[in-house]
Amino acid sequence: MNEDMSKYPLRLEGSDKPMVRFMNVTKSYGDLVVLDSLDLDVAEGEMVTVIGPSGSGKTTVLRMLMTLETINGGVIYVDGEPLTHMEKNGVLVPADAKHMRRMRANIGMCFQHFNLFPHMTAIENCMEAPVHVLGLTRKEARERGLELLALVGLEEKVDEHPARLSGGQQQRVAIARALAMRPKVLLFDEVTSALDPEVIGEVTNVIRKLVSEHNLTMLMVTHQMGFAREISDRICLFYRGQIEEQGTPDELFGNPQRERTQQFLRAVTEAM
Amino acid sequence: MFDWRWDFVWEILPRLIWATGNTLIAALLGYGIAMVLGLVFALAQRTPSRILTMVVRELVEFIRSTPLVLQIFFIFYVGPQFGIRLSPWVSGMAAIGLHYAAYLSEVYRGGIEAVPRGQWEAATALNLSTARTYFRVIIPQALPTALAGMGNYLVGIFKDTPMLSVIGVAELMHTANAIGSESYRFLEPFTLVGVIFLAISLPTAWLIRVFERRVRRSLGMN
Amino acid sequence: MSYIEFLTTYGPRLMTGTLITIALTVLAGLLAVAIAFAAALMKLSPSMVVRGIATTYIEIFRGTSLLVQLYWIFFVLPLFGITLEKFTAGYITVGMNLGAYGAELVRGAIKSVPRGQWEAALALNMSPAKRMIRIILPQAIVVMLPPWGNLFIELLKGTALVSLIAVADLMFQAKQINGSTFLSAQSFGTALIIYYIVARFGITPSMRWLERRSLRMLGRG
Repeated sequence: MNEDMSKYPLRLEGSDKPMVRFMNVTKSYGDLVVLDSLDLDVAEGEMVTVIGPSGSGKTTVLRMLMTLETINGGVIYVDGEPLTHMEKNGVLVPADAKHMRRMRANIGMCFQHFNLFPHMTAIENCMEAPVHVLGLTRKEARERGLELLALVGLEEKVDEHPARLSGGQQQRVAIARALAMRPKVLLFDEVTSALDPEVIGEVTNVIRKLVSEHNLTMLMVTHQMGFAREISDRICLFYRGQIEEQGTPDELFGNPQRERTQQFLRAVTEAM
Repeated sequence: MFDWRWDFVWEILPRLIWATGNTLIAALLGYGIAMVLGLVFALAQRTPSRILTMVVRELVEFIRSTPLVLQIFFIFYVGPQFGIRLSPWVSGMAAIGLHYAAYLSEVYRGGIEAVPRGQWEAATALNLSTARTYFRVIIPQALPTALAGMGNYLVGIFKDTPMLSVIGVAELMHTANAIGSESYRFLEPFTLVGVIFLAISLPTAWLIRVFERRVRRSLGMN
Repeated sequence: MSYIEFLTTYGPRLMTGTLITIALTVLAGLLAVAIAFAAALMKLSPSMVVRGIATTYIEIFRGTSLLVQLYWIFFVLPLFGITLEKFTAGYITVGMNLGAYGAELVRGAIKSVPRGQWEAALALNMSPAKRMIRIILPQAIVVMLPPWGNLFIELLKGTALVSLIAVADLMFQAKQINGSTFLSAQSFGTALIIYYIVARFGITPSMRWLERRSLRMLGRG
């Protein structure tokens, strides 16, 4: 990668700076280009949903933001600061582990398969990182964890291991665990895809509550079009590693402009 | 049965039981070395350095696919050639420890690799440090998978200690051999050695299985 | 003496030893496979007596050391009127020992074949023997081949112990050369390398080849 880095600002200034900015971001595995020069801004407090056919690169967007994947070109900024790069002698160079660790504190993520730690109870899952990463005392972390487990409606399952919880309950613990780190940006990667239909509602209700009561910036990948339409401030339709079309839910669902958007929406509504 | 003499059995049993103590000490000492060195081999193969990974990988393969008895001879005899004299115990422990370290490193590796990728990702998403991720998230989950293999090799190292007799470590087999050449009776000493091995390895294998189930349960993984 | 000189002087003896080691490995391997299948099938038998015999055999040979078994068969068995020539005693002991380990592999692999396969074979009214040979074993073999690869390497290593009853295998030759020259690093080191070559470039590739073949036979290649 011999990209000219001087075209990227060292940091984003101003009161209108976005919470997240993807600038010209490219990601490929060998010859396969997953994301192609992606530009995407997410404002503070905004809920943006990414939809699109499988293989369109939508999950990769979240995984790059969580630093689970490295990028091949471009820069990602979080809260004005570069995430994937850092400043050295006035130019941007790829971020080292220390910089990434510092920046990661801004971001939380919920996974399709929950990824709860199976050998820890619900509350231990929520306390682990606050105690050992943020340096909270066990008492503080426990209070915070209990509060969040209550928020997701699991005050009665605090001491259960994940194996004893239903999928919906596990995913709610995972949301509480991510919130316990007080991230500025929260990512939801197909959080309802692995759930039985009858428990999807308990998870979407928690997300609804977060949107209405908290000023979190959220990015969500989902296949649930109804939920996306109801809850999002903006929807981006991905196609082959690029944003094919974006707009408010009503614009995108009510009056799609592009042929591919219409095709995709027709296909998913027929499936329902 | 064919000329089986009980009085001879009672006569030699104390010596054999004393030697069993040496056998157990050798097995436990060797296992202790193997557990630590095995972890070093396993973690060395997870560093970003490709060369280190390759060298350690090849070393582990080499140790695993050559006979322990030959390794024991090698370590015992090569030292003096270069002016270093190692006692039978020291070279025996080094050889058996190294041999089983290679096996245990594979067990650890298997355990670590069996932990789903999502667990690493969740640890990253929560910003846990590498050390914390290993000790609090990955190793506790790798342990139940690894325990079965670790237990098998504990019994395995015990059963391989007779090879130490070839360089004169006074363990069970060595003592039985000595008794045989003194009295010209091999039936009783060799049979007793077999019985002692069975009497220790079968219950141990059973205890290990019980312990394994306990650990699984205590970690909440049924 | 340079290493090259060492090799030209003692290379032929090491080669002879290697051939003996390979012969022991092949014979013990064949015996181990035969015993493993017999013991595994016996362990699956409905008769308690048959199961008991197999279990006793497996537990005795897995519960004691190969070296103990070797000494017992070579020094004690003659007292019962059974005298085996040392080469024969050597490969038979190694084969019987590894066969006991192999029995557990075979049994595990047979049990790993899904229940539905047994039921389908039964529904087609196949005899028990047909079910096992035509339906279950072909699928079980694919599962058991990779661990058998490891077992054959253990077997190769096990043959080194027969040098202790004076079978002139590779290990034995290395010890003899060491005894007369005191060139321990050269003699034992060369033997280590030869064992490694036999395992890494003999046993491992042949097992891989067998694995590929068996997968192809199941149409999964």
